[in-house]
Amino acid sequence: MERIPIFTMGDILLVTIQTDVHDRLLESLQGDVGAKIRDTGAHGVLIDISALEVIDHFMARLLERIAALTRLLGAESILIGMRPAVALTLMELGMTLEDVSTAVNVENGMDRLRARLASSVSGDEENNEDDG
Amino acid sequence: MKTMDKKRSPREIIWTTPTEPGSLKTEQLEVRAGPDVDAARRSVQVLAAAIGMDDSNQDMIGTATSELARNMLDHGGGGHVLVEVLQGERGQGVRVTFEDHGPGIADIAQAMEDGYSTGMGMGLGLPGAKRLVHDFEIASRQRHGTRVIITRWVGP
Repeated sequence: MERIPIFTMGDILLVTIQTDVHDRLLESLQGDVGAKIRDTGAHGVLIDISALEVIDHFMARLLERIAALTRLLGAESILIGMRPAVALTLMELGMTLEDVSTAVNVENGMDRLRARLASSVSGDEENNEDDG
Repeated sequence: MKTMDKKRSPREIIWTTPTEPGSLKTEQLEVRAGPDVDAARRSVQVLAAAIGMDDSNQDMIGTATSELARNMLDHGGGGHVLVEVLQGERGQGVRVTFEDHGPGIADIAQAMEDGYSTGMGMGLGLPGAKRLVHDFEIASRQRHGTRVIITRWVGP
């Protein structure tokens, strides 16, 4: 059965959703991300949606669910590369995805994820401030 | 060029002759399964782009199509989508008609309310789609089916 691929990069998972995604594929992604977090102990999930031409509210709900699921499993997720037109349409639909973090590109999302993971892991000590 | 749009009512649409005055180009699709929803959405956006609709307008009519085609699949057992390029008083536009022969909607006013759901968390489907287009018409008869017609013009 067809699946959306999930790549592992250290403790981060990268999911790239292609244009021709359909409901069943997105639905199976929920379970797949959950299983992959459990199997790899990943702390972060980057979901690249830059190829998505539209996000209707059904898809938006699924993305919200994946973010919630990720959080429940002790990891963080970030949606990458939402097109401005898609963002406008989602606002018009009343879907503002309040509980979902976003970033403009993978690099940016990766930095943010690393920073957040570092601050939540370090706890009592300040570690590595490599740029002034 | 003829303009005709004003006095059309939903039931005047004749499926066997999709080409009519004012309609420059038509495409008819069937929605029977998940991937058909995306195919309908895509054909709407291709036609919208062809008549010079900008990105965000294309996105809005495309998303509305996705919502309504999915609604039709989930609640009406699937149906037909007719996509037309129109020449009207407001210039060119894309009109999309969705027709199913499902159970129909008992209370349209209620279905058009934000947050109303017929299950599966579809509550935003109809009112959401309405906000994304310039014209929105809905007609439904219980046990006969539902027809929704949306139009988005190229201009504001």
